[in-house]
Amino acid sequence: MQEFDAIIVGAGPAGLAAARKLAEAKMNVICLEKKQEIGVPKRCAEGLGGGWFERLGIKPDKRWAVREIEGAALYAPSGKKLELRFGKTAGYVLERRVFEKELAKQAVNAGAKIRVKHPVTSAVRENGKVKIEAGVRGDEEEYSAPLVLACDGVETQTARMLGLNTVNKLNDIDSGYQYEMAGIDYEGDDLINLFFGEDGTTEGTAKSYLDKFVESHPGLKQGSIVEVNAGAVPVGGFLDDMTADNLLVAGDAAHHVNPIHGGGIGLAMEGARIASDIAIGAHNAGDYSHKFLQKYNPIWYEKRGNQLKSILKRRHLFESLSDENLETLVNSLTGDDVLKIAEGELIESAKIVGKKLIKYPGLTKIMLKYLK
Amino acid sequence: MPAKNDSEKCCYCGGCVGVCPAGAITLEETRIVIDESKCINCGACVKICPVGAMKLEKE
Repeated sequence: MQEFDAIIVGAGPAGLAAARKLAEAKMNVICLEKKQEIGVPKRCAEGLGGGWFERLGIKPDKRWAVREIEGAALYAPSGKKLELRFGKTAGYVLERRVFEKELAKQAVNAGAKIRVKHPVTSAVRENGKVKIEAGVRGDEEEYSAPLVLACDGVETQTARMLGLNTVNKLNDIDSGYQYEMAGIDYEGDDLINLFFGEDGTTEGTAKSYLDKFVESHPGLKQGSIVEVNAGAVPVGGFLDDMTADNLLVAGDAAHHVNPIHGGGIGLAMEGARIASDIAIGAHNAGDYSHKFLQKYNPIWYEKRGNQLKSILKRRHLFESLSDENLETLVNSLTGDDVLKIAEGELIESAKIVGKKLIKYPGLTKIMLKYLK
Repeated sequence: MPAKNDSEKCCYCGGCVGVCPAGAITLEETRIVIDESKCINCGACVKICPVGAMKLEKE
């Protein structure tokens, strides 16, 4: 049995951020990862908004921040496009394999231990601690710690093993499919990442929608797919309580995702850092009870969770619109308007709706209902 | 009748695991494991799968 102050399950952005933080606080910490390589395969996620670099205190590095994000395009069901130009570098496309190896190196240099190819097969409470078995079948090892941080993604089993239900409802999860393509003729680019996300209640698979999209754009159809990624994105269903005795949950496992664009790398790292602060407090106080650990919840909601809840309402708005409504929006609004409605201030959003959609009272009514 | 996974189509995204209300599915490194005794045939995994790799077996 190997004893630690904390065991982190999952070496993604959340787990690695937590490993570094706990190690820097001189805690004896191990991070268990089921895959054989950190950062691979990624799950449809590689955009990190510019604001996160500042908030997380990391500098974009050309080795992993490989491409600047300048804008985005939204397509209405008819195929009509609405361009969102951010006017400045809004973030970077990350080479996740390199980015996460760098995070892993920082955690290890701070004193954390990492084990790859160590899937957790069981987690049980025993004498105030959690006993974890991890490793390939027949070769499992035992680990013990009074604290477990479950950062094991959308498919988290660790939280469930320790009695916390994190299951996603079908309308709170998006199914995503992504191609990286070369040899295309699209907006002067020869390499593109195309992503299609749909919630689990829609007919047809995400792959079938994306294939249809590629098929209908000759500039894309001529290209070759050089990488395929799939991912399920927990875009809602936030957990009121992300803790239990001896347990804190962060990242996709805790549904730390922006409900509109599905981005979660920055949120996962932020959530994990807040959870780590609580873990350090618990370690210093020698108190690993649910009562102590649940201080995590109000801090997360005040700092980020409440904002995500408000964004979730906007997502429900966009989802409630018919194809015809969406066409009207694309024809009436600018990319800038959409950005403001998606994440911006309520009164300003309502003003845009009132002014631009005055000819469509039915649609205005729906929009204003959700913007309240 | 329990859910089945087509390992050739599967991209191992873990979506089926994330929505399974019965905790019947686990994702090993590149293998979906379904505990048939726990499966309640609800079809949530079929609906979320981005590539159509999950099916409910007909009797």
